Amino acid sequence: MGLHFFLRESLRSLRRNAVPSFAAAASVLVTLLVLGVFIPVVQATTGAANSVRSKVLLDVYMKTGAKPADDTRVKALIARTPHVKAVQFVSKQQAYEQERQRNPEAYALLGSNPLPDTFRVTPDDPAKIGAIRDALSPVTPSGARAAADPSIDEVKNRRDETEKILTATRVVKLTMAVLAVLLVLASVLLVSNTIRLSLFSRRREVEVMKLVGATDWFIRWPFVLEGVILGFLGGLGALVLLGFGKIALLDPLERDFALLSAPKTIGFGVLALVLMLAAVGVSAAGSGLSLRRFLRV
Amino acid sequence: MATMEEVEPRPARRFERASAGPPVIEFRGVSKRYEGGDVGLEQATFRVGRGEFVFLVGATGSGKSTIMRLLLKEHEPTEGTIRVAGRELGDIGRRKVPYYRRNIGMVFQDFKLLPNRTVYDNVAYALQVTGHSRKEIRTKVPDILRLTGLSLKLHNYPDQLSGGEQQRVSVARAFVNHPPLLLCDEPTGNLDPETSIGIMQLLYRINRTGSTVLVATHDSHMVDRMRRRVIELQKGRIIRDELTGLYAAQTTAEFGALLRD
Repeated sequence: MGLHFFLRESLRSLRRNAVPSFAAAASVLVTLLVLGVFIPVVQATTGAANSVRSKVLLDVYMKTGAKPADDTRVKALIARTPHVKAVQFVSKQQAYEQERQRNPEAYALLGSNPLPDTFRVTPDDPAKIGAIRDALSPVTPSGARAAADPSIDEVKNRRDETEKILTATRVVKLTMAVLAVLLVLASVLLVSNTIRLSLFSRRREVEVMKLVGATDWFIRWPFVLEGVILGFLGGLGALVLLGFGKIALLDPLERDFALLSAPKTIGFGVLALVLMLAAVGVSAAGSGLSLRRFLRV
Repeated sequence: MATMEEVEPRPARRFERASAGPPVIEFRGVSKRYEGGDVGLEQATFRVGRGEFVFLVGATGSGKSTIMRLLLKEHEPTEGTIRVAGRELGDIGRRKVPYYRRNIGMVFQDFKLLPNRTVYDNVAYALQVTGHSRKEIRTKVPDILRLTGLSLKLHNYPDQLSGGEQQRVSVARAFVNHPPLLLCDEPTGNLDPETSIGIMQLLYRINRTGSTVLVATHDSHMVDRMRRRVIELQKGRIIRDELTGLYAAQTTAEFGALLRD
C-alpha cells in the first residue's frame, strides 16, 4: 500500500513537471557521463605512469667507434657497480634491426647505421637509479658529467619521461575533478529546484495531508522518491551512453593502445554500480535540500 | 483513537456550562499573542462536553480561528493550558501531532479539496495518507458519501460540483474516520442560505452520532435558527457563553440604532 501510493504520487508529479524534471535528469546524466569517463581515464593514466616508473632502466650508450673489447670492459665495469641487477647488451646491429622494423621507410633512407652499442641496466631498486648513474658517469666539479670509461658516450635514465607523464596525469586529474565537482553542484541544485517546484505545485496536497494527520515522513517520501527517480533516469541514460561508447569506440582502440587496456582500470559492472549510487546520492541530496528548507511539516 | 476515550479525573470545581460527561475541550486561561504583538486570544476559559454542538461567533479577528488553530496544534498557546479529551496538548510531542490530528475532523470555508482528484479520491486520500488498508477504504468511503448525499457524484471532479456539494465532500473527508471532534471554520461562509441549511443539517446529523461539533461562523441567521450553545468572542476575549443563544446579544432595534449612529 505505502510504496505503491508513494510511487504513484511521485510519477504523477513528474508528469506534471515534465520540463524541469527532464532538465534535472539531463544534468545528472551529464555529470555521470563526466564521472564515468573520469574514473577510468585517471586510473589508466595513473597506472601507465606507475608502470613506466617501475620499469626504470639506465641506458649506457657507447661511442660509435667502440670495439668489442671496449664493450667487454664496460660490461664488466657495469656488473661491478653496486645495485645493478642485470645488464643486457644490445649491439648496434640488433638496435638497427629493431628500429628498422618499427620504422622501415626512415631507415631505408638512412642507408648507414647511426645507432651505438647500448647496455640496458636494470637496478635492483628503482630508487637507486641515480646512484648507478653517478657511479658510471660521475659529476665533475664543473657540473658536467664525465664518463667512468673513455668509450662510454652517455648514460641516460628514463626518469624525465616518467616525470612528464606524471605531470600530465596530474593536470588531467585536476581538470576532471574540478569539472566533476561543478557538475555535481549543478545537478544537486537542479534536482533541488525541481523538487521545490513540485512542492509548490502540490502545497495543497501537503496542507491536506497535514490536516488529516499524515506523518512527516509520509508527506516527504513521494518527494524523496521523485528525486531518486530523476537521478535513476539520469544515471541510466549515462550508463547507456557510456556502454555504447565503450563498445563503439574503446573496444576497437584497445587492441592498438596498451594504455586504454591498463589492467587496473575499473570493470564496467563496478563502474555502473558506483555511478548509479552517485546518481541516487546526488538526487537524494538535491531533494533533501528542498525538503529541509521548504517543507517544515 | 484510544486517547480520546481516556478521561482525567474531573476537577471538583464545576464550570458554569459544563454538560454531563467528560469535557472534550477544556481551555483554561488560554492566551495567544502573535509575533508583532497581535492578540489572538486573551484569558479564554471554557469547556465543551462530549456530544455538544457549539457555535463560535464574533467579528473577524476576534479569535475564532485562533481557537481552531490551537485545537489543531498548529500554534502553541502563549499562556494557559488546553486539554482535549483530558489530554494536555502541551504534552504531545512534535512526532505525535499527526496521530493526535487523526482524532479531529476539520472543515474550511474554502473546502480545500484537491482539484485533480474525483470526489471518491478526495475522500479516500484522507484514509490513504493515514495508512488505512485498501479494504477499509473501499468500505468506508461509500458509506460516508451516502451519509453526505454524494453517492451519485462519486466520479465527478470538484470543479464539476456546486459550492454546497463541494462543502459536502469536505465534510465527508473530515468525518470519514468518525473523529470524536469536528471543527468547522466558516463552513457556510461561501454558500447561499438554502445550501447553508443543508450543510448545517449534515453537521447536526453528524453531531447526533455522538461527535462533538464546533462551528465558527458569521451566519447569524443560522445561529438564530439552530438555537444551540453560542460562545461569542470579541478582541480575543469570551464575552458571552449561552446554552441556547442567538447570534447577537442585542435586539434588532438596538442593531438598527447601531447602524444609524
